[in-house]
Amino acid sequence: MLRYFLKRTGSLILSLAVASLIIFAVIEIAPGDPASFMLGINAQPETLAALRSELGLNATKPERYLSWISGMLTGDFGTSYTYRTPVSQMVADRIGVSLPLALYALILAVVIAIPAGVFAASRRGNAADTGVMGATQLGVAVPNFWFAMMLVLVFAIQWRWFPAGGFPGWDKGTGAALHALTLPAIALALPQAAILTRVMRSSLLEVMGEDFMRTARAKGLSKRRAVWRHGLRNAFIPVLTIIGLQFSFLFAGTIIIEQVFYLPGLGRLIFQSISARDLIVVESVVMLVVFAVILINFLVDLAYAAVDPRLRSRT
Amino acid sequence: MKSRQLIIGLALSGFFIAMALLSLIWTPFDHTALDIPGKLQKPGAAHLLGTDHLGRDILSMVMVGARTSVAVALLALAIGLSLGVPLGLAAAARRGGWLDEFIMRGNDIIFAFPLLVMAILITAVFGPSAVNAIIAFGIFNIPVFARVTRGAALPLWEREFILAARVAGKGTTRISVEHILPNVTNMLIVQGTIQFALGIQVEAALSFVGLGVQPPTPSLGRMLADAQTLVTLAPHLAIVPGVAIILIVLGLNLAGDGLRDQLDPRLRRLRT
Repeated sequence: MLRYFLKRTGSLILSLAVASLIIFAVIEIAPGDPASFMLGINAQPETLAALRSELGLNATKPERYLSWISGMLTGDFGTSYTYRTPVSQMVADRIGVSLPLALYALILAVVIAIPAGVFAASRRGNAADTGVMGATQLGVAVPNFWFAMMLVLVFAIQWRWFPAGGFPGWDKGTGAALHALTLPAIALALPQAAILTRVMRSSLLEVMGEDFMRTARAKGLSKRRAVWRHGLRNAFIPVLTIIGLQFSFLFAGTIIIEQVFYLPGLGRLIFQSISARDLIVVESVVMLVVFAVILINFLVDLAYAAVDPRLRSRT
Repeated sequence: MKSRQLIIGLALSGFFIAMALLSLIWTPFDHTALDIPGKLQKPGAAHLLGTDHLGRDILSMVMVGARTSVAVALLALAIGLSLGVPLGLAAAARRGGWLDEFIMRGNDIIFAFPLLVMAILITAVFGPSAVNAIIAFGIFNIPVFARVTRGAALPLWEREFILAARVAGKGTTRISVEHILPNVTNMLIVQGTIQFALGIQVEAALSFVGLGVQPPTPSLGRMLADAQTLVTLAPHLAIVPGVAIILIVLGLNLAGDGLRDQLDPRLRRLRT
């Protein structure tokens, strides 16, 4: 396990290093230099020179990369040019929307998908199974932002159960905040719930064909009890991996859903920075999101290896 | 029973691709023709799917928009295939070697970038456009196809007909092209269908947030972006292009699943 851990940690560091190099390089090859890109064509030479020195553009590229990356590692993400506030402060404000939204959506997806998957697997081949599987095909095909618009139309405008957008902030009470995040979370959760249902179903079907399940039935357990006591526990391993991976999908997915509901999360921050040409914010926030995704995948791999020792011998 | 999925899938996606192609020579109305007095009409006899806030015929816009979306997805697919397949073949041919390791690690890293974030980064720097959306999704497609090609090619290298080709004096490259490639085509078609569907969704998402196809070119995603502010006034503006996206994607996914089951009978047991 230690060997596996060290190997995976090595590749985690390598992935992060290469990812940061790619992001840095993309920002570097932006047309013109970053300072003139941010200020536009009408910039005064003095302003341009000031921004150039503020951004450290007079240093060499490797120096700038190193200072950016060491800043990121110590929590100094640079200062936003348009807002004049530290990026770390802006991120801290916004992540309080994006992260809970992604978690909320993940919980919804799990709560819907696991019973649905078990239900379909236990009625394999009959009409109920076909119905669930058809619904999952549809769920995967629906764009989540379109589904979000439909939810707004029905539950916010027609029935007024939920707000159509905006976020009151956590200081107005957890209830109000969760209320505002409910429609966005449902919209985000739908396609992931569909995928997870399929994984749950096929995983359980595979386990049900195993010898130990036949043994459980042979020693007199009913089908239901065999599934609950022996089947589910084993079927959960691949399901847990997918849940882990889905969290990073959901986290990235909040970027678009926040646009539909005007939520002040990281996604909105990225888009505001793009239209303000604030490359410092774009660079650091993109790096943070990529970092989060790579880290989650790493943790999922470790958790998986801890549960299933057979995997440690591979890669 | 065995190919019901495949038939429904091909029929659905085929219908929309045919509509998209038809728009090259004919649409019920000129999709750019404005008719302000006749704006926001509900679906009816004159305009089958109604009109938008500028009085444009929605059916005509969906036909042209589907063409744009399909083109974006197909071009990104072409990028992924033309770079990913040779990389995958090369990795399998030198399996275990440094080239294999290098290609697969590089793929891991591209894979780790969430697709959307990568697209945002590219369009933020180079400006939003259909071309940049195609490049972003195309780059994402490269590791997908490299992986599928490598995975399908690896076991083939152990087979006797490859050994026979070696004995006949063929080089590694020639064997890859003449013997390995034809035998991984099935897998590539299945994966291609799935990536095609994903491409339609990616175009829609990027254009929806203004990072994809730019005005005045219509696309299904752009129609949804335009509809966002008007959805309470005229829900059909959002419903029509949304349903079009869902049906195309559903069709392609069903066709992909159906093809996979057809080509790999072992999977039928689990799926049906």
